[in-house]
Amino acid sequence: MRMSKIVRFGADVLFGAIVIFGLYVIMHGHLTPGGGFQGGAVVATGAALVIVAYSYEEVIGMIRKTVLMAQESAGLVMFAGVALIAIGLGTTFFFNFLANSGSLFGMTVPFGPNPGELNTGGVLPLMNIAVGIEVWGGLAIVILYMLSGIGKTKEA
Amino acid sequence: MRKELSILIIIIFGLFLGLIALDLTFGEPDNTAMDDYFIRNGQEQAATNNIVTTIVFDYRGFDTLGESTVLFTAVVGVALMYRKLVRSDADENE
Repeated sequence: MRMSKIVRFGADVLFGAIVIFGLYVIMHGHLTPGGGFQGGAVVATGAALVIVAYSYEEVIGMIRKTVLMAQESAGLVMFAGVALIAIGLGTTFFFNFLANSGSLFGMTVPFGPNPGELNTGGVLPLMNIAVGIEVWGGLAIVILYMLSGIGKTKEA
Repeated sequence: MRKELSILIIIIFGLFLGLIALDLTFGEPDNTAMDDYFIRNGQEQAATNNIVTTIVFDYRGFDTLGESTVLFTAVVGVALMYRKLVRSDADENE
C-alpha cells in the first residue's frame, strides 16, 4: 500500500529540507531553543514521511531495522560515555570538562546578551548530538515496526 | 437527567479551575535563589548561551540520562511487541 505519485514526490522533495532543519536544531541546541530531543524528533519526522509515503517492502530496502537500532544504542552509549570521560579525568560524573578549555567547543562566553558562537558549550553540543542520534533512530524504528505490524495483518 | 448532571459537573469543575486561576500571580515568584544562580553563573560555568540547555544537560544531567533510558526502554518494548508478528512468518528481512 504505497501512496500516490504526488505524495511520494512531495516526500522526496521535503525529506532533505526536514533532515537539514533537524540537524540544524541539534547542532545549535546550545544557542537557540531546541536541542537533541527536539531536533531528533524533527529528523524522525522526515523518516516517518518517507515510511508513510512508500510501501513497507520499499522502505525495508532503503533502511534496515538493525541499523536504526544500532544508531539508537550508539546514541545512548555516546551520551553515557561523554559523561563517563569526566570520571576518567578525575572529576565528577557529568562534569563539563570541555567548557572554557579553549579546545573543541571550548570558547568562553561573556556574561549577558551576546550574538552566540557555535564553538562554545563544552560537552553540551556532544551530548545534544548523542541524544539527537538516539531520538532519531528510536522514533524512526517505532514507526517502522508499527508499519510492519499493519502489513502483516492486512495479508492475513 | 443525565445531560443536566453532566452540564452541572462541567460548570462546577470549570468554576473550580477558574477560581484557582484567578488566584495565580505571574512574574514574581517567591523563591528565586536557584533561578538567580543559574542565570548569573550558567554562561560562565558551562560556556553556553542557552540556559535551558545548560540546566537540562549539565546541572541536571542525571535527569536527561534517565529520560534517554526511558526512551530506549520504550523503543525496546515496541520492538519486542512487534517482533512476534514478524517472526511467525519467518521474514528474512529481520
